[in-house]
Amino acid sequence: MGVQSNIDTSGKELTIKVDGRFDFSAHQEFRDAYEGISADISNYVVDLGNTSYLDSSALGMLLLLRDHAGGDNANITISKCNDDVKKILTISNFEQLFTIQ
Amino acid sequence: MKILIADDNVSDRLLLNKIISKQGHDVIEAENGKHAIDRYVKDCPDIILMDVLMPELNGKEAAKEIKRLAGEDLVPIIFLTSLIDAQSLADCLEAGGDDFLTKPYNHIILKAKIDAFVRMRKMHATLQKQRDTIVENNQHMLHEQHVAKAVFDNVAHSGCLDASNIKYMLSPLAVFNGDVLLAARKPSGGMHVFLGDFTGHGLPAAIGAMPMAEIFYGMTAKGFALRDILREINLKLKSILPIGFFCCAAVVDLSFTKRSISMWMGGVPDCYLISEEGKKLKSLRSHHLPLGVLSSEQFDDEMTEHSMEDGDRLFMWSDGIVEARDEKGEMFGEDRLQAIFKDNFAPDELFAAVQERVSVFVGESERDDDTTLIELMMVEESELDLSSLNMQQGTVKGPSDWKMDYELGVDSLKHFNPLPLLMHIMMEVPALRSMGGQLFTVVAELFSNAFEHGVLRLNSQLKSTPSGFAEYYQLRQQRLDELTEGYVKVSMLHSSESGSSGVFNLIIEDSGLGFDYQAKFTQDPDHVQIENKFSGRGIPLIYSLCHSLEYLGCGNKVRAEIHWPQKIDK
Repeated sequence: MGVQSNIDTSGKELTIKVDGRFDFSAHQEFRDAYEGISADISNYVVDLGNTSYLDSSALGMLLLLRDHAGGDNANITISKCNDDVKKILTISNFEQLFTIQ
Repeated sequence: MKILIADDNVSDRLLLNKIISKQGHDVIEAENGKHAIDRYVKDCPDIILMDVLMPELNGKEAAKEIKRLAGEDLVPIIFLTSLIDAQSLADCLEAGGDDFLTKPYNHIILKAKIDAFVRMRKMHATLQKQRDTIVENNQHMLHEQHVAKAVFDNVAHSGCLDASNIKYMLSPLAVFNGDVLLAARKPSGGMHVFLGDFTGHGLPAAIGAMPMAEIFYGMTAKGFALRDILREINLKLKSILPIGFFCCAAVVDLSFTKRSISMWMGGVPDCYLISEEGKKLKSLRSHHLPLGVLSSEQFDDEMTEHSMEDGDRLFMWSDGIVEARDEKGEMFGEDRLQAIFKDNFAPDELFAAVQERVSVFVGESERDDDTTLIELMMVEESELDLSSLNMQQGTVKGPSDWKMDYELGVDSLKHFNPLPLLMHIMMEVPALRSMGGQLFTVVAELFSNAFEHGVLRLNSQLKSTPSGFAEYYQLRQQRLDELTEGYVKVSMLHSSESGSSGVFNLIIEDSGLGFDYQAKFTQDPDHVQIENKFSGRGIPLIYSLCHSLEYLGCGNKVRAEIHWPQKIDK
């Protein structure tokens, strides 16, 4: 349950997977998923395939990840969003900051 | 521990007294149920050992009464009985007893049970104490919050939300609201309305709202354009909010004379434009990131225009409406919201209908977000009460007839950007503030033309190819480094006709060679054709912003004239 993360074989891509509701309760776990991880990571993928709902604090967490990953130079893909999740990301115009799939 | 033994049998009582006293407890005695209650009230024993069958009042009845008297305090009652069938023992517990002990007494079990209840009592007392502390702290905090809220409300809600063309609802989840509603009359007529939804609720959200409200009301009263206000708010929030916190917003510049609204939306649900008859005309969608996310350079203040007839209404809401949940956790959703506007409500009743539907839907379930709703109607400006406007205009009185000449030499040109200073001087004129963006464009373009093409003698045609573009800026830097003589003179002149209209003149002259403007302008400088003949990108744009623009002398001097109030068709 909750947040899982893994680094691909190249050691450059970190995938963070969030299950269920992505809200403030996932805050610590989500941060732990990328903080203190190898500095070689250049790509981030946030897999929301099993995320049912996203609230504004989750949007905040995504911005924190973006900041951690280099701000304007961050390379972050948000993948596998369902329609509800996609809608929330679109309303907030997050496609201007992240690659959304 | 003080232990009460209630038993009508004297020898049993004596025996028990002896055992318990030996274990180090104080013992008091009662010989029937009634007596037991009296002793409980008088001596407050910690634990009670009670015979089930007694004269006057039996053990079970006495236990009920003692438990009632004890209220929230834990007074363990252990029943003493010679009955051993399961039902009798179960009855003891049902009557309010906490445990039972069968006769004849086993010393070891008796001691273990008393010790267990002593532990339980201590735990209970600790819990009660902690609970009381929490309640007390909470009350203290709520009190502080109410005081702070009074301050907050004075800052955040000092505008014209009570105007007759506005209906609104703000229902905070906590004492403080994460949603913000601001409305202010513009000195030039019209209204600015702001609906904001901060990440989170309560105090952290309210703290961000304070400076935002100050900027909104302050700059609106001074006549700044909404775009400039948004930029300022974005910059402020970006600098004060921690990363990950931001403010979703729907912001409206309403013009009564133009019968139109100009909107900026970032991260809020679609707003609805409703016709005079109560039919939905269109949904307005958010096209921006929320406030406080992007830096000033990246911030986009693009607004969209929508016309509104008299009686047309604009509905705006925070996501708390669409995401309101019922008992099953289902969201109210956009479909239900849309349906309200298809149900043939009278236009005047729509606002109440939305409130009602959401409230019925949510029912008894616990709300988990602030919910905010506002309806803004287009009316004749004369229908509005003017008092709110007059109050704000009190501070607005700037210079009206003035002239300034400003000349920059080589060293200043190399190291100093005069634009903020020039803007500042122009913005002292209240009527020019709402044209801030446009004035900035005019001054910035003309100044950079004078500097780059005039003083530095760079050819703008270079910029027509990508490689030329790079070369242009390389050359610019080189010439700037080598520059030893030259100047740019800026003259600004403002005059006003009894405060209701005015003319602003900007003349910029440079030390360059000028250019053959007559060849470029053909005969008619106002004609659209010039757009194609100019290589500079800025000039056609400036034409569209000025009342007139003319080149003088050998082309090293330009004069732009801007009139206010602006003609609406421009």
